[in-house]
Parts: sequence; C-alpha cells; structure tokens
Amino acid sequence: MRKSLRSFADEVGPDGPVTVAGGKTQWEIGGVPAPGTREVSAPVGVVAYEPAEMIVRVGAGTSLAEVGSTIKEGGQFVALEADDPSHATVGGVLAVGRSGYRRLGWGHVRDSVLEMTSVSARGEVIRSGAPLVKNVTGYDLCRLWVGSLGTLALTGEVVLRCLPIPRAETWWVGRDTDPFAVASQLYRPLSVLWDGEQTWVGLAGHRVDVEDQARTILGPHFLPTDGPPPLPGALRRSLLPRALKGLPSQAGVGAGWLAQVGVGVVHCSADAAERIGPVVPPSLEVSELQRAVKERFDPAGRLNPGRSASRAAQGVSA
Amino acid sequence: MGLALAPDRVRTDALELALYERDASMLTGEASVVCFPTTTAEVSAAARVCRDHARPFVPRGSGTGLAGGATPLGKVPPVVIVTTKMNKILEIDPDQRLAWVEPGVLNLDLSRAVAHLGLHFAPDPSSQQSCSVGGNVANNSGGPHCLLYGVTSAHVLAMEVVLPDGTVALIGGIDPDPDGLDLRGAFVGSEGTMGIATRIAVRLTPLPPCVATLLADFSTIHEAAAAVTGVIAAGIIPAALEMMDATIVGVVEAYVHAGFPTDAAAVLLVEVDGLRSGVDACTSEVEAILNSHGAREVRVAADAAERAGWWKGRKSAFGAIARIAPNYYLHDCVVPRTRLVDVLDEVGRIASSRDLVLGNVFHAGDGNLHPLIVFDRRVPGVLDKVHDAGQKIIECCVAAGGSLSGEHGIGIEKRDAMNLVFTEADLEAQKWLRDAFDPDGRCNPEKILPLGGSRCGDVAAVPPGAWV
Repeated sequence: MRKSLRSFADEVGPDGPVTVAGGKTQWEIGGVPAPGTREVSAPVGVVAYEPAEMIVRVGAGTSLAEVGSTIKEGGQFVALEADDPSHATVGGVLAVGRSGYRRLGWGHVRDSVLEMTSVSARGEVIRSGAPLVKNVTGYDLCRLWVGSLGTLALTGEVVLRCLPIPRAETWWVGRDTDPFAVASQLYRPLSVLWDGEQTWVGLAGHRVDVEDQARTILGPHFLPTDGPPPLPGALRRSLLPRALKGLPSQAGVGAGWLAQVGVGVVHCSADAAERIGPVVPPSLEVSELQRAVKERFDPAGRLNPGRSASRAAQGVSA
Repeated sequence: MGLALAPDRVRTDALELALYERDASMLTGEASVVCFPTTTAEVSAAARVCRDHARPFVPRGSGTGLAGGATPLGKVPPVVIVTTKMNKILEIDPDQRLAWVEPGVLNLDLSRAVAHLGLHFAPDPSSQQSCSVGGNVANNSGGPHCLLYGVTSAHVLAMEVVLPDGTVALIGGIDPDPDGLDLRGAFVGSEGTMGIATRIAVRLTPLPPCVATLLADFSTIHEAAAAVTGVIAAGIIPAALEMMDATIVGVVEAYVHAGFPTDAAAVLLVEVDGLRSGVDACTSEVEAILNSHGAREVRVAADAAERAGWWKGRKSAFGAIARIAPNYYLHDCVVPRTRLVDVLDEVGRIASSRDLVLGNVFHAGDGNLHPLIVFDRRVPGVLDKVHDAGQKIIECCVAAGGSLSGEHGIGIEKRDAMNLVFTEADLEAQKWLRDAFDPDGRCNPEKILPLGGSRCGDVAAVPPGAWV
C-alpha cells in the first residue's frame, strides 16, 4: 500500500534535523546533509493518471521510469529528464531542479509542475498550485520549491503536466559546422549540443517536418545517430548563451565539456569546470532575500541542514 | 516625495487621486499620493520615502487588472507608484532571443518591435494593446496562446526589482541556471506585493513559420464543449482553443463584422502553428474531431486578414459587450477540461435563475472560463444579484475541482475566497514568502491573502463600501 501524505508528514514530524531521500542519483549536489540528520522517504507510486486532462499525480518518490511507463499508454510523456530514470525520482529531480539535454525544446523542469504538496518544517502538509494546466491562484510556492534541494519543505506529492509523445524524434551528429547558426535556423529544435568539435541535434515533431528540417538545414554534414552523447562529467556551469562561443577549446579528443546551444548550460568534467570558472554567487541583496525566505520557511534550520540551494555559497563546485 | 522625484511627477490633487482609486475592476480604494517615476533610482527613492513615513504603497502599471490588484487599500491611504512613464525597450538581443524592457512597455508594442526579427513575446492577454509587461509579470498573465507557449512566468528570465524598503535587487538571470532559490519564479504573479519590477528580461519566441486558424460553429454549447474535450483528449495541443457563446458572437459580429455565424449557439476558434506538415496534419485532425462532435461548419482562415479579423473579434469581446449593457463583471475560474460541459450548464443556470444576462468567451483549451455578467449598475438591487451570482459561480467551479483564477489574479476580488481552495497551513506558507520580501506589510497591503492572519478563523470580508 502506498504511504499516505499524512504518514509522510508524521515521519517528518515537527522537530529534529531531517532529509528526504529519493534515488540518491544527485545526492551530493549542494552538500550532503549534516551527520545525525534523519532520513525519510516520500510516498511512491502513480496516484492518478488522467490522460484527457493531460495530468498525472504521483508520489514524490516515484521513479521517472515508472511515471513514463504509466503514461506512455496514453501516448503521453512528462518533460523531466535524468541520467538514470529507473532510480531518479520525481521529487529528487524537482528538488535539484536541473533540466536535462532537451531543455531547449522542453523548457525548464519547473514548467512541468502544476501542483506540489509538501511537508513544512512544522510537520504540516502544505499544498501549492492545483491539478489544472492553468492557474494563478495565490503565491507560486512550487517555483520556489523546485531547485531548493529540500531546504524549504519536503515534497511528498506532485501533479505534473503531460504532453503528447511527438510522432518523431530523431538525432543527428555533424562535424565542422557552426552550431550557433544551426540552432538559429532550426524551428524550435529539441536540443543542440556542442563539444567544440561535434554538434548533436535533436529534432521532434511531425515526421515530414523533422525530415525536411534535417535535409534543408542540417544538410549532408550531419548523419543520423541514436541519441545525445553521454555526459562528459557530473558538473555543470550556467553561462550566457552567447558566452558558449568562448568556451576553452582543447586540441584532440574531448574538451571535457558539452554545451547546450541556445540555452547556456555546460555539462563538464571537473577539469573543464575549473577552466570555465566557478559558479557565480548571488549578489548580496539576493543572498539576503534567500536567507529571509529560508528563515521563514525553516526558522530552526532542520530541513536538510548542511545543504544549500546556493551552490556557490556552499563552496561546492557541483 | 517631491524631493525624491521631479515635483511635476508627484500628484496630490483630488481629481488625479480619484483617477487612481481603482483599476479595471469595480473595487475602489483611496490614494494619498500618485507618483510617476522614470528610473529605477526614482522608484527606489519613492519606496524609501514610503518606508520613512510608514506609508503603504501600491505598484500600478496600465491599470487593466480586473481583480483590484492595483486598487489602493491600507490602514492609511497608500502612495500609488505608476510605471507608465517607464516605457522604453532597453535592449533587443535577437541572438540570445531576449529583450530588456522597462515595466511600462505595452505588451503588444514589444511584440511589434521585434516582429521584423521573426520574434514575439508569447503571452498575449486580450488587453495586450493596453496592458504593460510589468503588469503581466505582476499577474503572471496568460492569453489565448499560452495554451501552447505557457504563461508569463515561462517567458521572464530576470528582473531588477525595487523591494519594499527601497533596496534594488536583480533576481533570476539571463543565464539558464542562476545559483540559489528561484526568487524570479516566486516574484512573478505576486501581484505587486513583493516589490516593483523596474527592468525585465523577457524571452522572445520565434514566430511560427506556418499558422492555420479554424472557426467552427455549433448548434449547442454542449457539442462545442465536448469538441474541446475531444481535441485535447486526442493528444493535440493547439496554439489556442477559444470558445464564444451566442451572446458574445452576436455583439462581436455587430462590432467587427468578421464573418462570425450569429445564429450559432457557440463558436470555437482553434489555431495550430508550427512547420507545414505538422500544421496540415493537425488541421485535418482537428477538423475531423470538430465535425464528429456536430460542428455545423468548419472554416479555415483563407489568409492573414481573415485570421486577424477573427482574433480581433475574440479580443474585442469585452468592449463590444457594451452594446447590451454598460457594465460587466468578468470571472476567471479554471476547471478541469473534462468538466466544461457540466460547469457551463450550471453557470448558465446560476445567471438565468437571477434574471441576469451572461455571456461566455474563454480559453476553452485550458479550461479557463470567463463568464461575463452584463448589467446596468443603475438598476436598483442588480449589484447584489451580480455578486451573489459571482460567488455561486466560484463555488460551482471549485466544486468541479477548479481554481479561483487562471490569469487575472486574486487581488481583492477573490481574496476572501482563497479559503475555498487552500487550508490555513497552505495560506500561512504563502505568507512566509510574502513576509520575506515585505516584512512590514507595506507593499500593496490587503491583497491576495485573507485578512486577519491566515490562522484567524474569522475572516474579514471585503468592506461593503469597496464594491462601488
């Protein structure tokens, strides 16, 4: 039987340091919880899938793979990505708040979230949003919670927006091309990735359109491939889309980075991260606002102590 | 205040104050000073003057809001800080597909300014000729095309904001993953209660290479609503999917002469966009679904002019309605798309049992209803009936699993209905966020959250005098 939100709230309780663990696929990001922090787990499983509404309600502990296989029957998918979808959970992916390779086409992970039900530092169940595709009723706590690494509340249940599976998704790889020109000529591509030498392009949509775009814009420099390349490393940097042009290139195989053209995310190895530069810390004013938010949501600092949504502030290079 | 801003941009005479005592809603408050800053420094100076005098202030854009979000309320009459004179597009960056704008830039002016680059600002509220980008940020505004493109929050990258104490902060970023909490996402839609955005970086979206607009007419509202559900259930997300009922079609056609069938019970406007083959395939599929749900006729716009005429009709509905009666009261509930038929029936009964004229013109594709009650406020007793019907409409939508607002916001209008959809604990958590930005509660007070503290069971009602 699926754990109820009520019993999840009881596990979190009103006091003592506490963290919620999902698949631990990105556990170190933002720092690990301080020693002595109690570890609880969120409800697991698809609660309700409503294909006609294009929404799915899931326990936050549900793996992306399970969500995907449930809603595939309705011809739909959710725009969340993870390296290891069998272990990565919805709650974990949202807590970390990092989009995958398809962000150019899918948008940020936060835009897939319609409702989140979390447990506050007081141990109370609090909900924000609604199981509706459009809603501006009250303050948007969901946006605040996505990427907060569980430092403001621990999420137990989520309603996600589903999208129709595109009729075609194809990937292409080419050398000696200008990835920036390619990205600007394609109409709403799924992904354009560049490692300084090769460019990978993901296209999705109607089959004929996808073939037309590949033929007329990508041209003979590109060959079909199975999908995007593997990550060059677990780190990433956030740059202005224009600044990707100045990424440090390295002769020979593997610059150690892979850039999302048109987005600005750079996936990189530790070496490459060092060459690119540190995570830019927030300004003093923004740090002060973040501190004020944290203090009100978690005055005792019991939620994920030792972890910070601000990676720069934490001195963590991830 | 005259020292903080040029004296001619600070107004206190009774006539000018009266102009700013309400927005496009029927909710009236009282302003003590109205000021028109032109720079971030002036907004900050005005906020500091308010802080030093413990005076509340209310940010205001074009004043097209329908929920009273810009109506000045407070223990003492607030200062209204108007952003209409901050109306410059500061930078257009086609390479990175973004623009920096001041908050008073009008929504449509921005899209027009970037059209030659093949780009546009995707949120397109019906009021886009007069509403400002700053107002769109405050209300997380939508519009017909947010069905496919998403509401304002998905199109705002960064903002320079003046906080209630006058501090200036840049939140969000034009890089993809600014470090730390998403304060940008929390600020968008906060209805001017957390500060004033003075510079906004918005995402620009490529104009679709190909667009098809379909107009379908039905002999019953039921069939039209079922067709909407049918399109969505088939896994199609059109760029827009709008419905107008007979009341609306009648007045709109008389106004714009766009060729709407005035004998139809309901008209659907469906738009699909993208690349040629996808649009063609989608158009035929939508056409088949509309026909199978009993459409009397489905027309595809022959050219850009016909398409523009249809959209002009749709977007002028709220002005055209004056042909029936001088006043209207527009609601903004959202319901699950599969409940459209039942809810429209019930909304119709709520109006007819009170002898009120009601029209429906709304974003059917995302379940965002806009029941429009048309009346003449000079008729004795009619306002009571209008408000009673409004309350019943809200309750009916909530009972169907819906929510209070899809794009207009809560403001004062729906503040006291927040308890229908949120628990006390939910509302208290929302207050934590607000307090983090505005610890003294001086920034647009008495909006969004029920008064008397969210833990207080005895919720203060909107003061009777507020409904004028």
